[in-house]
Formats: sequence, structure tokens, C-alpha cells
Amino acid sequence: MTVRRYLLLMSAEFRRQSTYRLALVAGIFTNTVFGFLRISALFAAVRGGGGSIGGYDLAQAASYVWLGQAFMAPVYMFLWQDVAVRVRSGEIVSDLARPIDLQASYWARDLGRAGLQFLTRGVPILALGGLLVGLSLPTSPWSYPLGLLSLLLGISISFVCRFGMNLIAFWTVDARGFLILYGFVMNVLSGFYLPVAIFPDWLQVVAHASPFPAMFQSPIDVVSGRVVDLAALRTVGIQLAWLTGLLVLTRVVFVRGRRRLEVQGG
Amino acid sequence: MNPASTDPASTDPGAPVIELDGLRREFVVRSGRGLRRSRRVVAAVDGITATVRAGESVGYIGANGAGKSTTIKMLTGILVPTSGRVRTCGFEPVPQRTQLARRIGVVFGQRSQLWWDLPLRDSFDILAAIHRIPADRARPRIDQLVEGLELGALLATPVRQLSLGERMRGEVAAALVHRPALLVLDEPTIGLDMISKERLRQFLVAERAEQGTTLLLTTHDMSDIERLCDRVLVVDHGRIAYDGSLEGLGERVAMERVLVVDLAEPRPPLELSSARHERSELDGARQRFAFAPDRTTAAQVLAEIAGQAEIRDLRITEPAIEDIVRTLYTGR
Amino acid sequence: MADPTARVITREAAPELSGWTAFRLLIASRVRAQLTYRANFVINFAGAFVLGLVEFSEIYILLHNTPLLGGLDLLQAALVFALANVGFALADLVVGQVDAIPQHVRMGTLESFLTRPMPLLLQLVTADFQLRRLGRAVFALLVLVVVLVLLRPEPTAATVYLLIATPLWGATIYAGLFVLAGGIQFFIIEGTEFTNAFVYGAGYAGQLPGSVLIAPLRVAFTFVFPATVTAYLPALVILGLPGPGFLPQWLGWCGPLFALTTGLLAALGWRLGVRHYTGAGG
Repeated sequence: MTVRRYLLLMSAEFRRQSTYRLALVAGIFTNTVFGFLRISALFAAVRGGGGSIGGYDLAQAASYVWLGQAFMAPVYMFLWQDVAVRVRSGEIVSDLARPIDLQASYWARDLGRAGLQFLTRGVPILALGGLLVGLSLPTSPWSYPLGLLSLLLGISISFVCRFGMNLIAFWTVDARGFLILYGFVMNVLSGFYLPVAIFPDWLQVVAHASPFPAMFQSPIDVVSGRVVDLAALRTVGIQLAWLTGLLVLTRVVFVRGRRRLEVQGG
Repeated sequence: MNPASTDPASTDPGAPVIELDGLRREFVVRSGRGLRRSRRVVAAVDGITATVRAGESVGYIGANGAGKSTTIKMLTGILVPTSGRVRTCGFEPVPQRTQLARRIGVVFGQRSQLWWDLPLRDSFDILAAIHRIPADRARPRIDQLVEGLELGALLATPVRQLSLGERMRGEVAAALVHRPALLVLDEPTIGLDMISKERLRQFLVAERAEQGTTLLLTTHDMSDIERLCDRVLVVDHGRIAYDGSLEGLGERVAMERVLVVDLAEPRPPLELSSARHERSELDGARQRFAFAPDRTTAAQVLAEIAGQAEIRDLRITEPAIEDIVRTLYTGR
Repeated sequence: MADPTARVITREAAPELSGWTAFRLLIASRVRAQLTYRANFVINFAGAFVLGLVEFSEIYILLHNTPLLGGLDLLQAALVFALANVGFALADLVVGQVDAIPQHVRMGTLESFLTRPMPLLLQLVTADFQLRRLGRAVFALLVLVVVLVLLRPEPTAATVYLLIATPLWGATIYAGLFVLAGGIQFFIIEGTEFTNAFVYGAGYAGQLPGSVLIAPLRVAFTFVFPATVTAYLPALVILGLPGPGFLPQWLGWCGPLFALTTGLLAALGWRLGVRHYTGAGG
């Protein structure tokens, strides 16, 4: 059973991550402090902008910030260089020799990691946010299953982008610098710092030309009910389109990288 | 600071360099999870008393987990004892860590203290500076170490590109740049091939003869002890199980070597006068003989076997530290 | 000088190097190693520069939506951002490596450090000194210059003093927070993200106008982790603006005081941390 192997990988990663309890508590604490810092800045802008900016009033701004703090760990907005490190050390050769697809196995593990982080880090932060500042919840019941799907797609787009960037290691000695640069650009354009809707127009154009809003801003929009019904379906559709396109692209790059490795003999 | 105090030559022969008095170190071990979590206190070192004097060379042996590393950490200033007293070079290790560090050299076999991305030479220069030795005074010493450890061809090589044996020689040189009065080696030969081991031993013998450095060595290789040490401390379950000469240890425990021979065809157990038949394997095609190296030689045993059967292959094994410690209690 | 033995003793005592020489040599060796891979250094330096740009984009976007953020316009808010960021970037350059304590504990390098005659903190600082972090300070300095050119504040003695001294006191304060975090990390190896709340939290709070912070954060990030002292409060003095609730403008002069208290707190936390480590044995 092919699928079963990937499910096993996923659940193994889920359990592995669950051993870091203190790290989880520390993460929740820090995300909460940052949540309040971000809310401070965004509230000041909403008030200064006459009670609403880019369609965000105070309640929606609060929802945006807390959903963001809850999603940042599952979607993974940090430096990820697992593949690049293995390419550099040469261990990738034995990974490629295994009778299991490298990209699919990393994807399965990433979903396992994200699942645990959503439950142990995302949910508590959402609960804290709801308790401490109150969240505006969507009225349509469809927002919840659609939101979960949108989050799953966001995590997957984030993974495929990270994986694709790691492939740079096939061509340069030290991919770390590029991965860090990628992280900064992704952080801004994904709507992680501030909602894309309040960007200046030119920056919104740049952002929407990239897959980044689809990995972070879209799940927040769908879950918070900022986009509903047809608009929500359209958002999820765009996410699907990005995921498909990126999968094809990274596949091509991956095959070329592997061929390069075979030609050079590692 | 008085310059005389940093000169190891000022250490009188016979003055105590390491003093351990009722040394004890406990660790808290947590096990289980959730509410059923239990907390247990384990003594890794359980009342060790010993003195090492200047110029001595001491092998500190014991099974894994017997308390060797914990003792080393306490006498080098990494770990505070739970109770008891430790003095190294006259200092209380943790509170007087920096003063002590200028008098001792430490090599941890399983971790590097060289700068992995710099040429080997740079590590020596940096360490000299950390020990506040000016270049003109460090130079001759470094040259001497480079020659003694045959590092000349490796000086321009980044440490990460060195083989394990080359790196370990570099580690030893690095620990000796400041002419320490005491050199502590924690498993210095682990993972090294025979030639690298032998080169390192030869150097240490010469270095001690020349500088009078006191040596404390932990190892799993009895040959290290035979070649380098005139005294053995055996530690077991955090206590000293034996303190004395290697010969004395040999009298109390079976320091036997085992000769394993593969015979051309299966035979019943061979009766030898020079060695004891331990057991047969492969229906008697492989037989193991234990012999005491101080009473007979491998050649004699071999000759006796060859007289009775045709030998296809052979191998000699050293006594394992674990076996020595075990027989220390049970006797022969 | 007639006594010949006296001369001999001075001659033998003199050659000992100072600790400073060793420190300089170590830093120089790090820099040399990093500059060996030129292309690599350039991309990493650019990364640090872009990090500054990214952080500034947040101020820019917020003020694109409102004329005033916490009472400050874009140029004034940019002044706060630049002052705070120069200080934070300098602190990060010098002691940001302290963040890596958990890795050093796991790899055992910390034990090797303890067997060398140099203070542990200095060895940590020199073990992974990263010149690339200068990129962030360079960006912040650039913003500061542009802001000053556009804002043209009255060049009084007070303004000149505050413009020069604020980043330095700020760097001291942030460095103190890094070291305090390092001390705490010895206790909670697996929970180091906890310290990010007040180290990077202070870095973020410091570059915002302090008036936007909700009251508990405003107090915490002034009187416990003095982030608003590193830029916002001195900027109020320079701009001649009144302070918001809890934060009187004259606190802008108190950089040295807060630097001192943070430094003392850091020294205490670090000592306790190291004592815990040598007591527990990693």
C-alpha cells in the first residue's frame, strides 16, 4: 500500500513533535505576547484611519492577528532547510535511493508536523485570543470545513515553496542565504505581518502575483468569514491552482537537480 | 600575576596535583510521563577518595556509566560536586575555573575543541592567545608539538578536512600549547586505527619524559594503559574498586588474552599446557584459548596448537574493561 | 632601578598578553573565515539588510493607512524605527550568538569552553561572531540619515547628544536582554522560545511608537524590559512631543539608568544560569 507508507510517516512525525512539551508551552506564550504587540500596532492604525482600514474594523483586525498567530506554526513561517542540509552533506544520495518518493515523503511528514502544531499550538492560541480579546466568528456554517481545507492547502503551498527553495542547494554550496532572503520576502507578501488588503496598491499587485497570500492570508480570510460563499470558493480555487502549478514546477526542478547530482556523482 | 605560578616546572615532583576526598555527585533522573512521573536520585560518583601526585601517569578505567566522565568533569571545573572535596593543581575547580584552566590541558575524545573551519595552525595561535602567551613565546612550543606529533604537513588544512587520527593529534597538541602541569585525556584513542594510536602513545611517552607532565587518562583500550600508565584506578558504580599498579591489577584479575583460531576442519576441544580452552564454535572448527601474557606468549600457544591441528586463521582479543571489573569482585 | 632582580621580574611578567588581544584575535579569525567565501558573505549581508527593509515596510504600510500612528507621522515613526533598530542590530551583532546556547549544550562545546581561561560569555560571543549582521545596522543607519535630512531637527546640544547616545544605550539595553535570555536558557534548554517573547518582543516593541502599546505592554516594555527607552522616549524629546499615559517625556533622558539596571539584571541572570549549568551538568 503506497498511501499507507505516507500516512505512517505522517503519524510518526506527529508523535515525534509531541515530545517537545516545554517548547510548545514556550511557543504559545511567545506567540501570545507577539499577538498583543501586533494588535497594538494594527489597532492604532485602524483608529487613526477612522475606524476601518482596508475593510478591517477593530474586531476583524483582532481576528486577523489571532488567526495569524495560531496559523504561523502549522503553515511554518520560519527558516526550513532540512533538504538543503542533506544535499550539502551528501546524505541526499541515500535518501534518493529509497523506494519512496522524496518530495511526497517530506510532504507527508510536514502535514504530520502541521497537524500536531495546529492542535497543540494553534488551538490554544485561538482559545486564548477568544478569551482575552474576542474574535469575530463567521456566520455561515460552510466557513468552517472550507476554512480547514483552505488551511490544509496553505500548509501544502508553504511546503512546496519551501521544498522548491531548498532545491537551490543542488546548484550552490550554501543555500542558507537564499533561504533566509526567501523567508523575509515570503513573510511580508504572505500577509503574515499585516493583512494584504491594507498594503499600498502597488504592493498588493506584487503580492497577488506571488503564491504567498495563498499560503497565509487566504486561510485567514476563509476561516474569519471575511470571504464567504462564492468568494470563499474562489479563494480556495486560487489556492488549488497555485498548489498544482507549484507542484509541477518543483517537480521539474527536482528531476533536473537529481540528474545533475547523478552526472556529477554527488 | 606572579609568572612563577604559571610555570609548570615549579610543581614539585610528588606534590599533589589532584586531590579527591569523599567526592560524590548525584543526578536527578526523571522517568515516566504525566502524573505518574517519578523522580529518583542516582549517585554517578559515590564517595571517591584518591590523590594523584605530580609526575604520575594514571589510567582511570571502568565500564560505561561507572562515573569516569563525571569525575573528569568535576576535576576540570565543568561540574560542581554534590559533596566531598576536589582540588586540582591546588584550585577549587569550578569557582577558580579560569586560573585552573591555565594549568591543565583537556582532550575530550568525542568532541573537538579546534576551530573546524580554520586551518589547524590558526587553532594553535588562537589557543596561545587565549592562554595569553605572546607569539614569540608560543612559536617554539608550537613548533615542538608540530614536530612531535608530525603535524607539519597538515598545518594549512582546515580542521574539518582532517581524518579522525590527524584531528586527534591536533587536539592533543592544542591541549599542550600552554605547557599544562596536568593533561587530562578522556578516551583519546577511541575510533583510531592502530598506527594513529601508536603514534599518539609514543608522543605522550616522550612528552612526559621531557616536560614531566602529570597525566590522567580514561580509555577502553588496555594497551593505552600498558604503554602510558604506571598506576590504575578502576571505578565501578561510582566507587574506586582498585587503586594500584597495573601488575598488581593483573594479579587480582584475569588479564587474560584470548586467541581465536579457525581450524582447517572441526576438532574436539584441544588440550594445551600453555593456555586454557574457553569454548568451541562451529562444531569445533573455531576454538578460543585464554592465556596470561605475563606467563606465556602468543607464539608459544600458537606453536602448541599448530602441533595438534592445521590453523587456517587466527585473531587475538584484548581483555575488555567490563570483564576486568567483573572478575575484580568474583576473583578468578 | 638599581636592583637587577627587579628588572628580571618585570621582563618576565611583561610578555603576558591582555585578554583583549585574545578577544580581538578570535573575532578577526571569525571575520576572516566568513570573508573567505565572498559570494556567500554578500548574500548573507544582503539578507540582514533586507531584514531591516522588511521590518521598515511594516511601519510604512501602517502609515499608508493612517496619517498618524500613535501620534507620530511617517517621518517621526521612521525616526523611532531607526534609533531602535541601530541599537538592536548592534546588540545582535555583538551578543546575538548567545541565542545558540542550547546548541552548544547539546554538542558539548560548552564543556570545552569551560576548560579554557576565558570568560564563558566572551567565548560564546567569539565562537559564532557573524559580521553579516552588520547589514541590519547599515540599513537602520541609512533610514536614520534620510529621516534626519528630511526632518531637519534643530541641532541643539540636547538633540545631538540624544541622536548619538540613544543607539548606544539602546544597544546596551538590548545586549542586556540577550544575555539575560542566555542565562535563562541554561534553565530551560527546551523552552528557549520563551525568552524570544522579551528579547525579540522588545526589539519589535522598541521600533513602534510606544503610545500604540496597550497599557500592560507599555509598562512591561518600559519598566521591566526597557524597549521604549531605546528610541520612542528619546525621540519624543527630540521632536518636542508630550508623552502618553505612563510614559512621561523626561524618561527619554533615562537611557543610562535603564541600561545600568538591565545590565545588572543580565549579569545576575547570567551568573545564576552558569551556576545552574555547572551545578546540574547539562
